[in-house]
Amino acid sequence: MTAKKALLAGLALSTLGGVAQAADEVNIYSYRQEFLIKPLLEAFTEETGIKANVIFSKQGLLERLEHEGANSPADVILTSDVGPLHDAVERDLVAPIQSDLIDANVPDHYRSKEDKWVGLTARSRIIYASKERVQPGEIKSYEELADPKWKDRICTRSGKHSYNLSLIGSMIEHHSVEEAEQWLTAVKDNLARRPQGNDRSQVKAVMEGQCDLALGNSYYYGKMLTNDKEPEQIKWAKSVNLVFPNQDDRGAHMSISGAALAKHAPHPDAAIKLIEFLTSEKAQKMYAEVNYEFPVRPGIEWSSLLKEHMGEFKADDINLGDVVKHRAEASRLVDKVGFDN
Amino acid sequence: MTNITAAATTATPLVDTRKPRRFMPGWYTVAWSSALLVMLPVLAVFWLALFPTENIWPHLVDTILPVYIQTTLLLLAGVGALSVIMGVGTAWLVTMCNFPGRRLFEWALLLPFAMPAYLIAYLYTDLLEYAGPVQGFLRDLFGWQTAREYWFPEIRSLGGAISMLTLVLYPYVYLLSRASFLEQSMSIRDASRIFGCSPLQSFYRISLPIARPAIAVGLSLVSMETLNDFGTVDYFAVKSLSAGIYDAWLNMGNLGAAAQIATLMMVFVILLISLERIARSRQQQFTSGDRFRTIDRYTLSPLKSGLATLACALPVILGFIVPFLVLSTYALPRLEQFTEADFLAHASHSFTLSALAALLTVVIAIILAYSKRLYPGFKALILATRLSSLGYALPGAVLAIGVVIPLAAFDNSIDAFMRQNFGFGTGLLLSGTPFAIVFAYCVRFLAVSSGSVEASLAKVTPSMDMASRSLGLNPLQTLRRVHLPLIRGGLMTALLVVFVDAMKELPATLILRPFNYDTLATYVYQYASDEMLETSALAALLIVLVGIVPVILLSRTITSTRQGE
Repeated sequence: MTAKKALLAGLALSTLGGVAQAADEVNIYSYRQEFLIKPLLEAFTEETGIKANVIFSKQGLLERLEHEGANSPADVILTSDVGPLHDAVERDLVAPIQSDLIDANVPDHYRSKEDKWVGLTARSRIIYASKERVQPGEIKSYEELADPKWKDRICTRSGKHSYNLSLIGSMIEHHSVEEAEQWLTAVKDNLARRPQGNDRSQVKAVMEGQCDLALGNSYYYGKMLTNDKEPEQIKWAKSVNLVFPNQDDRGAHMSISGAALAKHAPHPDAAIKLIEFLTSEKAQKMYAEVNYEFPVRPGIEWSSLLKEHMGEFKADDINLGDVVKHRAEASRLVDKVGFDN
Repeated sequence: MTNITAAATTATPLVDTRKPRRFMPGWYTVAWSSALLVMLPVLAVFWLALFPTENIWPHLVDTILPVYIQTTLLLLAGVGALSVIMGVGTAWLVTMCNFPGRRLFEWALLLPFAMPAYLIAYLYTDLLEYAGPVQGFLRDLFGWQTAREYWFPEIRSLGGAISMLTLVLYPYVYLLSRASFLEQSMSIRDASRIFGCSPLQSFYRISLPIARPAIAVGLSLVSMETLNDFGTVDYFAVKSLSAGIYDAWLNMGNLGAAAQIATLMMVFVILLISLERIARSRQQQFTSGDRFRTIDRYTLSPLKSGLATLACALPVILGFIVPFLVLSTYALPRLEQFTEADFLAHASHSFTLSALAALLTVVIAIILAYSKRLYPGFKALILATRLSSLGYALPGAVLAIGVVIPLAAFDNSIDAFMRQNFGFGTGLLLSGTPFAIVFAYCVRFLAVSSGSVEASLAKVTPSMDMASRSLGLNPLQTLRRVHLPLIRGGLMTALLVVFVDAMKELPATLILRPFNYDTLATYVYQYASDEMLETSALAALLIVLVGIVPVILLSRTITSTRQGE
């Protein structure tokens, strides 16, 4: 049996093909969907001649990296969120990214304090308010979501989703666990329906009149507004005003997609080159445009859609490391107030 | 393989199933090593459970654990009960009664099996949520303006999750109970009728008890699939235990705690299965079969035939036709994707991996089931077989971590050994290769093939073994020349079910795959996970279409087990 198995394995290997190990390549474990990063990687290969190999999964890649140990082929970890970057640091799976270029390109609050990860694009968690039923200026901050006047009028996805945990984490950091709990309890009381679905479907629910306010990431607005293949979504987007919260104080809550360098990267130079490329002017512009996110690098011209609909806004410039450290606490709060129940 | 035959030829005892036979190291070693191999990932998860980063239980018990447990039990009870009612009911109708469309339903009732659960959940949400066409139509019709003016069942709910899972899982019960009904002796049924049983009484008193082991196997597969589902419950924000596992792992960064919850879940499965086994431990049946006699079906009154047709049509329409049509409307504008070379590569990956997995899984299932038959006295081996089936109850991503650990440990030890003794490293030999994926599929789907193979093998009367052995065949020859031909229906079932299941598998494939490697399922997922399933609808449709072929073959295999069918 074992012989047979080995034979079959060999057969599978030869027919399906393993990974070719060439000198000029960089291997990426990506928590971001491949199709979102593909154009950038193609541009990178074109510019440097380095081939980029990708594995995408939304979970489990860090565990794979951890157990593969020193033999792991992974060079770069790309994420759609700061959470896995934080986990990678906690488990000692990454090496510091030493590059003056990157330090110059990316502002401090979008990098880990020890340069163990770096943000590549930014997005804001904003409030989508019904054009019909919410007056401009009627809601101005995350804190106001707790106001009883919004009873049965707010929609959001699961409190356990990393985007919401990040927002709750920032409430903990800016206020305190106790205040964050009170706030979350009050927001729960204002929900129009049990948390469910994804960010876009909250906006859809606003258009359909099920709720008046929805929490969602900013880039979904661009994705909906330009969705020629599903023109329905254009209607959803046109039914709402975008509210960037807390413009009078700390600014709107931000999160990032980012990158880290694997501790045992077999191609560390190529890996640094890739991350440098991703913070370059060209890539920043492309990266942000492809997904309607904001470049993390200052001075990059925004896409016309972003300029038109999001304009200038004040972003919270707290270091994201200080937000993500509250993730477990935030998750426990969601359980405690029964936010999703 | 050689030592098996060598060992086997030296052993020529006459068969007595109550006593352990003379020790045959070949078989024994092979059986044990296969069982251990597929157990490794499950053991790895147990091992992870020993190292939580913090004790999560006080928090869980205080807050959400009661919700997790209650939700999980309701989910299991709901999906289980509905699957049995739908699966057994329709199986009995198409086997024992005559009504319009019966021949069609025989295979059509299996179609929902080709539909991945996460897909059907997504499609029905599009249809039935507040903003969907159904409610929109109702609002237009009755002039309602907002959600507050009328009641409509919420699709993203526990009830919704139960419905979605039932629609794609009942075919397990249908499949197994139909096979069992077809095998049942007509003479017993006729006897019960002579003694005055109505057709329905005869069903309750005769057909159902005889089919019980088959139904139990189907039900346990349904329960394990329900427990391991994450896609549907996550999308509907239903707080089942698997949601708890992911939360502990990904949000609290506590993989150990996640493994503890998973372990708890497996204990639960063991209890469930043991209870059922104890309940029917006194029963043992072999078909003295009259499968060469054709079934004389009940003729139904027009009203009853109408109802029977409706009962069989509903699961097919809801579980297959509706989602299939919705998916097609997404896919049709994108037919040009067919010409993309990548797309064909994804399809061939899916096909090759699933076929290899189906083959290997069935081979392992035969080895384990036949060893149990050869050595009824070796309780440890039987226990190992049971444990090796547990992989099915684990959420796919957790199982994938369980696969990563032993494979990486194996690769790294070889590498270290080679470096130390020969001065060069071998790197990762198995991790990150298609082998890892096939291995994960074997672990995951062994429960499915074991169930089917064991059930068929158990029905072969021991007198067959005795006859064959006294005619001078050794155990291996007996297996090849007597048992395998007799249970080929069960083998085909196992092959095809594992194939379809593997085509749909997602989380383990995502985590374990090599660089730049997609299957149809992973391709669909990368878009679906970014809220744009429409873009990959064609690939999704292809998963379903490829799944239909084995489903039809499957139905023919089962039907052909009885003459005149």
